[in-house]
Amino acid sequence: MTRSDQWKFYLTVVFVLASVWTLWPTFQFYSLPAKERQVVLQARPSQATTEAERIQLEKYAKLREKAIKLGLDLQGGMYLLLEVDTSKLGPAEAKNAVDQAMQIIRNRVDQFGVAEPSIQRQGLTRILIQLPGLLDQERAKALIGQTALLEFKLVKTEEESKALYDRIDGYFARKLRGGAAPDSAAPDSVLHPFTSKLLASSHSEAVVLNENIPIVDAMVRQLKADSTFTSDAQLAWDSHDQDVSGRTARGLYVVGREALMKGSEVASAQMRLDLDATRPGAPGVSFNLTSRGGALFGDITGANVGRRLAIVLDGKIQSAPNIQEKIPRGQGSITGNFTEEEAQNLAIVLRSGALPAPVNVIEERTIGPSLGQDSIDKGIRSGAVGALLVVLFMVVYYRVSGVVAVVALILNILGLLACMAGFHSTLTLPGIAGIVLTIGMAVDTNVLIFERIREELRNKRTVLAAIETGYARAYRTIIDAHVTVLLSSFALMWFGTGPIRGFAITLSIGLIINLITAVGISKMIFDAWSVRRKLSSISI
Amino acid sequence: MFQILHGINVDWMRRRHIAFLFSGACVLISIVSLLVHGGPRYGVDFTGGSLVEILVTPAVHADAVRAAVDHAGYPGSEIQELSRPGQFLIRVESHAGRTSPAPAIQQAVVQQHPGSGVEVLRVESVGPRVGGELRGAAIKAIFFALGFILIYVGIRYDWRYSLGAVAALFHDVFITLGALSLMNKEITLTVVAALLTIAGYSINDTIVVFDRIRERSRTLRRETPANVMNIAINETLSRTIITSFTVFLTVLALYTLGGEVIHDFAFAMLVGVVFGTYSSVYVASGLALEVQLWLERAGQGQSQSRGKK
Repeated sequence: MTRSDQWKFYLTVVFVLASVWTLWPTFQFYSLPAKERQVVLQARPSQATTEAERIQLEKYAKLREKAIKLGLDLQGGMYLLLEVDTSKLGPAEAKNAVDQAMQIIRNRVDQFGVAEPSIQRQGLTRILIQLPGLLDQERAKALIGQTALLEFKLVKTEEESKALYDRIDGYFARKLRGGAAPDSAAPDSVLHPFTSKLLASSHSEAVVLNENIPIVDAMVRQLKADSTFTSDAQLAWDSHDQDVSGRTARGLYVVGREALMKGSEVASAQMRLDLDATRPGAPGVSFNLTSRGGALFGDITGANVGRRLAIVLDGKIQSAPNIQEKIPRGQGSITGNFTEEEAQNLAIVLRSGALPAPVNVIEERTIGPSLGQDSIDKGIRSGAVGALLVVLFMVVYYRVSGVVAVVALILNILGLLACMAGFHSTLTLPGIAGIVLTIGMAVDTNVLIFERIREELRNKRTVLAAIETGYARAYRTIIDAHVTVLLSSFALMWFGTGPIRGFAITLSIGLIINLITAVGISKMIFDAWSVRRKLSSISI
Repeated sequence: MFQILHGINVDWMRRRHIAFLFSGACVLISIVSLLVHGGPRYGVDFTGGSLVEILVTPAVHADAVRAAVDHAGYPGSEIQELSRPGQFLIRVESHAGRTSPAPAIQQAVVQQHPGSGVEVLRVESVGPRVGGELRGAAIKAIFFALGFILIYVGIRYDWRYSLGAVAALFHDVFITLGALSLMNKEITLTVVAALLTIAGYSINDTIVVFDRIRERSRTLRRETPANVMNIAINETLSRTIITSFTVFLTVLALYTLGGEVIHDFAFAMLVGVVFGTYSSVYVASGLALEVQLWLERAGQGQSQSRGKK
């Protein structure tokens, strides 16, 4: 071996050792039985109760971090792209709102208990959420997407409510008749276009039959949208249906426009089953207020004894209890027709706070875990079969040289996987496709070289000279080919999205490593082999 | 030495017009198919809408699923029965609500077939605006990928070659697009990735041939351009075939064993690899030769007219 050969040899050894070292955690992790793997996935050192447990969990967390992760398409899970609706906020508020929303969603997801959630900002107003291995998708979506704006508002008195209704009737009556006041002898539906649709039980809490809800709701929205209609009172729907002599109906409240207190004063919240004395076992949420909120709540309740206080969540009335006396301790509860899960969700969103602006799901991709398992099985099987066919062909066609090419190919894939583990990247299905195509390009590189060497041999060159010129001449073509494919994958990385990018990243890493393995390392093996034995013929 | 295709001596360039005819016919078929189908069939990634894959156990008939989907409030949805019994792919048009249609569909199927289990295997829901953005991103990615390749080939080779390379590239991608349209397959993000890989392979193949043509035109100065090209193609033919064959093998494995998620990707690749191999031999070199001959004729014409003066 010459000096430069030795140098190359040591570099190769370092390359292999470093790759194996980086991939070792991945190997450890995926050789665990499925059950233990789940334990490792769920491990959170912060939840440890003893020192020994903490050390163990930290070890798990480290292992998890160092292993190659599987994409949602391979292990199942949920991908959500949310857009924060900042249309009603100023530019400075809008900027903050997205950061805040991200933090709040992160809190909610953490409390939901997902292993390794990923929450990233995308662009100015978007949030990308990836929840691997999750089962109850609808619940997660409800939890993440709920604004959870909690407000405490006074229910208006009978007189105040009647005044509002009269104004509303007048507003719509004039609107229906093109601005003119209606004839006082006209039928009720013309004189009172709004209140005629209500079943009045009391003014402050009207009831609307199911069939009238769309019409009434349209009118409520119209009032909200019309900036010329001002009032210190507003209409708010009950959050749940009620039964009026066998017919479904919904309550409509008149409440103050301004909130007396907001959910930001909630310090903690729990789901409880014993909140409603009339319905034992009905799920509800009890909450404690911050000290500031407690004092405020005391003042509010003290000043309004005998009136009703509406607890409004996202614009809907959850309940409107009577204020019996001043409540000084800053404790309260929300009851309603909740299922246990809904109450649990509500407790979580109250604890983590309200989103500063509504969010909309604009892209959703869910892969059930069984399909994920199916994909990975098939991905691995097809990859293995493809690779095996190629290996077989190379060895049959090029004999010993084919074995050299296969060694280079194995080192290429080893290096590619090690890079993925090192960069903490995720293996997705398009990524597997990228690996398969890397195999194709790697084989092509060696085919180019070998065919060139064969040509040189046919031109009666010596083995050594044939190897030298074969590599030298093929090298230019190989560089051209790699550069063009790399250029197109860079374009895919920069401008492509999701799956396209994953594909381009694996292909690019694979191609760069290929220049080292298929050209550098295979040449080194050839040199060592031919120089040492002073070969007069070569198996190619 | 175990060899295939050694020492062959085919006059490829003399038969280039047959190849032009064949390519023209393939492109024409692609155009007709695209016209008949009203352009490429874009998947939900680009149009917006939802894709729901469910598994019903015990299996029910596709019509029953259709009835349930109609009942769930998504009439006119496309329902495709997959290879496994009871497994269906439901394509729902873009709808106003923001929630995914999966729970409603699941509920409706269970309601109409009490006692059956419905598992939601996959949901892909893309809002119309995001669909437009993804489409824009894909077009941008394709545009820049092709642009980069062209600039590189233009710098490394003569512009005449660049023209042939571009033509071969579009030829391969367009015919693959036509084949997808013929088979009524959807253009999804993954298929776009396949089209771009085809472009990469096509240019790779073309460059290997061009490199050899350039090398040979330096050593064989007395040969006609057509002969130089024939020699270069013949010399690289075994490499072209072997490489394409190995790529074909891996893609075939993906196609047959890779599962349905990767199926369309692999299909596009299969078509692309076959046409890419053919086009690097015929279309790219053939066109480069045509351009060269045309330039020579133009040059002769010019010198003749100058001589008359």
